[in-house]
Amino acid sequence: MSKVRVLVGTRKGAFILSADGKRQNWDVSGPHFAGWEIYHMKGSPADPNRIYASQSSGWFGQVLQVSKDGGKTWDAPGGDIKIGPDSFNAGKSNKFVYDTSDATGKPLTTHQWYDGTQHPWEFKRVWHLEPSLTDPDTVYAGVEDAALFISKDGAKSWQELPGLRGHDTGPKWQPGAGGMCLHTVILDPSNAGRIFIAISAAGAFRTDDAGKTWRPINKGLKSQFLPDPATEVGHCVHHVAMHPSRPNTLFMQKHWDVMRSDNAGDSWQEVSGNLPTDFGFVIDVHAHEPETIYVVPIKSDGEHFPLEGKLRVYRSRTGGNEWEALTKGLPQQDCYVNILRDAMAVDALDSCGIYFGTTGGQVYASSDAGDTWAPIVQNLPPVFSVEVQTLK
Amino acid sequence: MTQVRVVLPQHLRTLAHVGAEVQLELDREVTQRSILDALEMSYPMLCGTIRDHVTQERRPFLRFFACAEDWSHERPDAPLPRAIASGEEPFLIVGAIAGG
Repeated sequence: MSKVRVLVGTRKGAFILSADGKRQNWDVSGPHFAGWEIYHMKGSPADPNRIYASQSSGWFGQVLQVSKDGGKTWDAPGGDIKIGPDSFNAGKSNKFVYDTSDATGKPLTTHQWYDGTQHPWEFKRVWHLEPSLTDPDTVYAGVEDAALFISKDGAKSWQELPGLRGHDTGPKWQPGAGGMCLHTVILDPSNAGRIFIAISAAGAFRTDDAGKTWRPINKGLKSQFLPDPATEVGHCVHHVAMHPSRPNTLFMQKHWDVMRSDNAGDSWQEVSGNLPTDFGFVIDVHAHEPETIYVVPIKSDGEHFPLEGKLRVYRSRTGGNEWEALTKGLPQQDCYVNILRDAMAVDALDSCGIYFGTTGGQVYASSDAGDTWAPIVQNLPPVFSVEVQTLK
Repeated sequence: MTQVRVVLPQHLRTLAHVGAEVQLELDREVTQRSILDALEMSYPMLCGTIRDHVTQERRPFLRFFACAEDWSHERPDAPLPRAIASGEEPFLIVGAIAGG
């Protein structure tokens, strides 16, 4: 029988929620890395027992953790106790150094700061880990300040893909309220060279040559708070989702506006339709229905909670524009939580499961594509991220 | 060869799989830099968690204490007190009280 494993990153540790295919009885494991911020965890599609976790703290900085047994045990790779000359490669798993070399990088070291001046790029943390679709040892890391790194040795060491940060628009990128984070990494299953990423607040970018060169893909986005609402970069993209069977179709939850593209991001159109508010953070796609998408509308950028205190997931079965509220099992009064950008995921069981976590510490699950919901856990620390593994 | 004692904050003990105090052997003058070099050599998972990988600067929310005095703003190569060098007193790495 199939199983699901839900990987939950929170402000004070990681939790792993496991259930069989019925998704009724859950085993809760954790907290792992208690007291640390876990921005993201994700399993390798090529080896589901390989799980990568981003562990960070304002005191001690970034740590990378890897499990090879489905989350039972963890190791900071490269952290073996070694004394002597062969220890040169030890302790590099949390070493994220921007490439400014003449040979492969660019001596570009500043971006736009809040006051409009130029500011040096400074590594703060890993926001998102995206394991390769085919190689368990290869994993991408989206970091703050915005850049994309790759490890090909199971997170023992990291190299920047400097073409992104070296894009000519780099000096115009600026941090959003949460920092200048590269929070979304999507690998195209039909084209090994194509990667989509998104940055707050620069926008979305695409590479077609495995990260050597990048182009902004923000045509059609409009951000009214910018001097030029249709500018090439500067948009606060909150999250992007793709169905693997249709890699040219992307769905985006922008700061305001829900958008879709049917040409791999070359152009976008708004599909907010009848949503009660089109501000929000998460967006995801049904595992078996590429035109069925989910968002959680949030009141506004100044009030990060659901409208009217009612927690409602909205589902569109038409790829946007026509939305229905999903409320069964969700609190419909006095609910003032937020759902952060990486805190929604879907499983691939026959009846698609939808999961999301809240800043109030609840993780809700639906085993019927959103028709009904129930909490798996209700009192975790604020949830940063939710990922799901469907296991045979 | 000199043996020094180092006390780590709780989260770094967990990360390094050690108890409250570790003992390090140094073959050079006992300074903040030589202690941290030896610590990272023995426990490489601590690289980057106490001082920056590249600049080697102390992370802002950590403090270094020796013999009840705050050495956080002293030069990394300044010799530490004799009691630290002899192992009589431990060198303390302390997480700043912050966060509310």
